Amino acid sequence: MPYPEMMVKPMRDELTRLGVEELRSVPDVDAALGTSSGTALVFVNSVCGCAAGMARPALAKALEHQNKPAKLYTVFAGQDLDATARARSYFGEYQPSSPSVALLKDGKVVAFVHRHQIEGRHPDAIAAALTQAFDTYCA
Amino acid sequence: MSGHVFHPGHDELHGVTVIITGTSGRTYVGRWHERGTRGVTMRDTAIHDPANSPLALDAWLAKQRKFGVAATEKHLVVPTEEAGEVALFDPA
Repeated sequence: MPYPEMMVKPMRDELTRLGVEELRSVPDVDAALGTSSGTALVFVNSVCGCAAGMARPALAKALEHQNKPAKLYTVFAGQDLDATARARSYFGEYQPSSPSVALLKDGKVVAFVHRHQIEGRHPDAIAAALTQAFDTYCA
Repeated sequence: MSGHVFHPGHDELHGVTVIITGTSGRTYVGRWHERGTRGVTMRDTAIHDPANSPLALDAWLAKQRKFGVAATEKHLVVPTEEAGEVALFDPA
């Protein structure tokens, strides 16, 4: 069941103020990812303060890196249910978890940071995983 | 374990993805919820059963690590007598 919007707005804002575009409906997702070429990052947001609370600052740090995806998107798991399910349909064999981060190139997932790779890690470590993928696929 | 509590107000492993080696030979990967009198409650759990899995355990675990936990059980209680060794699935 979704949380009250006033609770999650700061979690949305933490990403949108970085320039990450929120996809809140199926048409939003399809318009963003359906004909995607180049590189795109999709951050699957979560209310889990202990994992997403590390992952959001990690993304902020990673986006300071020289190489980064051309397009930045987010969906909110547990909140925008249909949009999240649709976004996950673009992730192929990668299993749903939240928070998580998918990096796509020409519509295919080339790197994925799962929730289990976020739990208990410092934002710097998560950012390092992201920037390593950026250097590989977005340079 | 470190003593760090991932989710304050819960036990040390609450919300953390763990691997439980079952005494039956099954292996469970999922998010630890709590240990109770009946056993360990887990969320979003994948189970490797050597009797019917097409993949050996190592290959199955490698697949779970690469592609994420392919959960088949939303809520699961691993009985106390089945719950053997517990470890972090992906130690930092």
